Amino acid sequence: MNMGTRIIADMYRDSVALMKISSAITLLEGVSQASCIMATPANLDLLREAGLITDDPGARPNEVLIAVEAETDSALIAALDAAEATLRADPVVVESGGVASEPLRSIEMALDANVAANFTLIATPGPFAAAEAFKSVQLGLNVMMFSDNVSIEDEVALKAQADQAGLMVMGPDCGTAIIDGAPLGFANVVRRGTIGIVAASGTGLQQVSCLIDAAGSGVSQAIGTGGRDLDSRIGGITTKRAITTLGADPDTGVIVLISKPPAPNVAASVLEHAVATGKPVVACLLGHVPDGPGLPGVSYARTLEEAAHMAVTAAGGTMAATPGGLIDGPLPGLDADRRYLRALYSGGTFCYEALTMLGETLDGVHSNTSSASTQTLNDPWTSAANTVLDLGDDLFTRGRPHPMIDHRLRNERIIAEGQDPSTGVILFDVVLGHGSHEDPMAAMAPALSDIPAHDAGGPVLLGFVCGTEGDPQGLARQRAAMTDLGVLLAENNAQAVRTAAAILGDAQ
Amino acid sequence: MSDLFGAPLSVINVGLAQFAGPIRAAGADVAEVEWAPPAHDEGIARALARLINRADIETANQTAFGRYLAAQPTLRGVGVARDVLDGLGERMILHSGPPISWDEMCAPVRGAIAGACVYEGWAKTPEDAEILAGSGEISFAPCHHFGAVGPMAGIISPSMPLWIIEDPVHDHTTFSNLNEGLGKVLRFGANAPDVITHLEWMRDVLAPALVKTLDRLGDLELKPIMAQALHMGDEVHNRNGAASALLIKRLIPAALDAGLDSKTLSDVVSFINSNDHFFLNLSMAACKSMLDAAHGVPGSSLVTAMARNGVNFGIRVSGLGDNWFEAPAAIIDGLFFPGYSTADANPDLGDSSITESAGIGAFAMAASPAIVQFVGGTASDALSNTRRMGHITFGRNTAFTLPALDFMATPAGIDIRKVVDTGIAPVINTGIAHREAGIGQVGAGITHAPLACFSAAVAALAETYVD
Repeated sequence: MNMGTRIIADMYRDSVALMKISSAITLLEGVSQASCIMATPANLDLLREAGLITDDPGARPNEVLIAVEAETDSALIAALDAAEATLRADPVVVESGGVASEPLRSIEMALDANVAANFTLIATPGPFAAAEAFKSVQLGLNVMMFSDNVSIEDEVALKAQADQAGLMVMGPDCGTAIIDGAPLGFANVVRRGTIGIVAASGTGLQQVSCLIDAAGSGVSQAIGTGGRDLDSRIGGITTKRAITTLGADPDTGVIVLISKPPAPNVAASVLEHAVATGKPVVACLLGHVPDGPGLPGVSYARTLEEAAHMAVTAAGGTMAATPGGLIDGPLPGLDADRRYLRALYSGGTFCYEALTMLGETLDGVHSNTSSASTQTLNDPWTSAANTVLDLGDDLFTRGRPHPMIDHRLRNERIIAEGQDPSTGVILFDVVLGHGSHEDPMAAMAPALSDIPAHDAGGPVLLGFVCGTEGDPQGLARQRAAMTDLGVLLAENNAQAVRTAAAILGDAQ
Repeated sequence: MSDLFGAPLSVINVGLAQFAGPIRAAGADVAEVEWAPPAHDEGIARALARLINRADIETANQTAFGRYLAAQPTLRGVGVARDVLDGLGERMILHSGPPISWDEMCAPVRGAIAGACVYEGWAKTPEDAEILAGSGEISFAPCHHFGAVGPMAGIISPSMPLWIIEDPVHDHTTFSNLNEGLGKVLRFGANAPDVITHLEWMRDVLAPALVKTLDRLGDLELKPIMAQALHMGDEVHNRNGAASALLIKRLIPAALDAGLDSKTLSDVVSFINSNDHFFLNLSMAACKSMLDAAHGVPGSSLVTAMARNGVNFGIRVSGLGDNWFEAPAAIIDGLFFPGYSTADANPDLGDSSITESAGIGAFAMAASPAIVQFVGGTASDALSNTRRMGHITFGRNTAFTLPALDFMATPAGIDIRKVVDTGIAPVINTGIAHREAGIGQVGAGITHAPLACFSAAVAALAETYVD
């Protein structure tokens, strides 16, 4: 094997762009491994672990390091050259009046060029994201922070400063939103309508908005707040501002709130805030409903499915599937040894929702995420009894793209679960929309085809697609591909989880 | 459908280019920022964030910039350094750039200092002078600390003649040494006997003749000459042919009337006439005058000096007192005279980047497209350089306009925040000195101020704004 590195000085590229180049180079003839990284100490450690570098390549954090392992010297050089050429390719420059205009290099410069700008979408490494967000707020811009790894102290300060200036900060760790019909971040293409969503959960927002779209209703605005907005230290600053805005919005008829169960005092104050708008409110605080009647005007949903149903009904529409049901048709049986669920999620909220639902029905549920009713896996790379995984967890994504973009890690796990004779049901989500893999079922097909067929004694494959017909991947096309691969097709996560529990219920 | 923020969604996309397409497809405006981590340093990025769009800084900058614009540098005369520089020690030599000790100085500056010691009569030979200079008996200080500037080594010793530039608006005086011409000259570290003889002629013949001439001429405002030269193909830093000619046009009638003997008149006129850079030192002192006016406004983030000593590049900032923020000086990308290459070049040297600090020089490159040929550029590159500088400056100086850009005013008032935020480094036109003393100029080119100076200044300014 031939190994080599090349340093590109004074260059910055974001990790997603570098990963795209890395995967393109890996596919070149004769290349066995390749990676392009910003040469930070942490990234260099990753390359060392991967065996792509052995000694110190002498690269600094503001330099791009290309590392390649190839079968021949010429393949090595070709790969390094190809990576460098891609990195150095000129950015697209907009021509105006015959003079090449200067690329925009800062938020302030962009605002100078377009004084009508009112919103910044920030997807930079976390420590820098907070700085860019503070700048935006000081420049009078609303903010969506896609970035994570922002401290709670920064989030508190940022949201307080923004609130004082009458601005909204969505995030940090806000993966998706739909503002004025524009999909932001990893969002689906959803019909416009009268349902306004405020969500502290990205996948939760996607699931509810897609189910609304499927029912023929639409979304006025879908506002992400970041997962910690309802933490008592932040107190729902963004959630409340979003509710107030939707309350005043003539196009919003129903307000849906989606979150993991918040601190009780924050939940109470947010819900009172929502009731004060005078509009019907659907509260989906995953798995959490009041013992009594709750607040007047608020419908409490246990699942995302139920939340979508309540919202569509309140907006005057109808949803085909009644919440709480199973997939159509008879449930498949299982051999006696095939007793366990192996749920492999790319969406964190789907994992969470599954755990809250299964806590009531299955015993011995293990997960890589912590939850009151489950046990933590000793080794997250090996399943035990019933296992429900969030493969988007940092633990699994370190140094590689999210499983909604890159299916390799999940494919390996699917194959591993297929080889375990105690696996009864392999459950998985497929999330569509901008930013996700361009054809997820094509990416998963090789792994799914590798599983012993159910009618030959293999496990049951059970999946659902979170997406819309308007998404680039096409909902119908992905669902058809799933059926063709012998996967039982559920309408949504809650239905899939109930179906899995029902199939396994007899076996356990 | 109504707009969430009360106006159509218009997005600035930072960090991940792939997010722009879907937003645009949905009909909203997207401006895409080509983002890189500011200074590649989280602490600097956070310091910078605290300084963006603060009302107190904007007000301070408005004040500083207003003073810069109002300054009216006026040539008042020629005097001797020891008479006109307050606090200049009897055995003190001034040099270009930020402070530096003898041991750290580059060879051209050491050579020039040795020459100055011989010129002052402190040593018989340059070799003796080097020993003297290293002995601690001679003290060194930046020209900038005395309101003065000098190109390349920038050497000013007590008996040297200086241009005296007064700004009547702010009642402030600045200085510069007189340009020696081209070839083997002190400012490139040459110190052979003929170099010293020429300096003596400048002191004994040229300076007194200029005193008499300027007495006849009266006050001469420098900004109009610079403005006119910008319309004639100079950028008044690395090209001064037009400005020098305009100056001679003013000087000759006065010189003819100044009672000079014909040999003196003839020698002085032919010396000035032979040097296309004669005006450079006046341009520099005029820029120093305008920037000193802007210096010392508490809270201001505007740069009031960029200067190099051949080892380090230093900047000063209006709101940060007399501190220098330094980084290693760069080797210059340029064209070399036959027989020389980058390997011969000394790192960036001289106070002449005071011109760029004041919004001319490379900032006015659009006035002087020929300059870009030093780096193989095109005329449109010259226009782009000037336009690009507009993204890191506070405002524009309407005293200096650029025909090739439809008489747009030059960008001026470098803002340290904008430099760090955009990563756009101030561009500088400059001559290149040989790394050994005395060989002289080996080329010319275009370089950029090191960003690290500006990052350090941002960190310091943020410390003054602890809320």
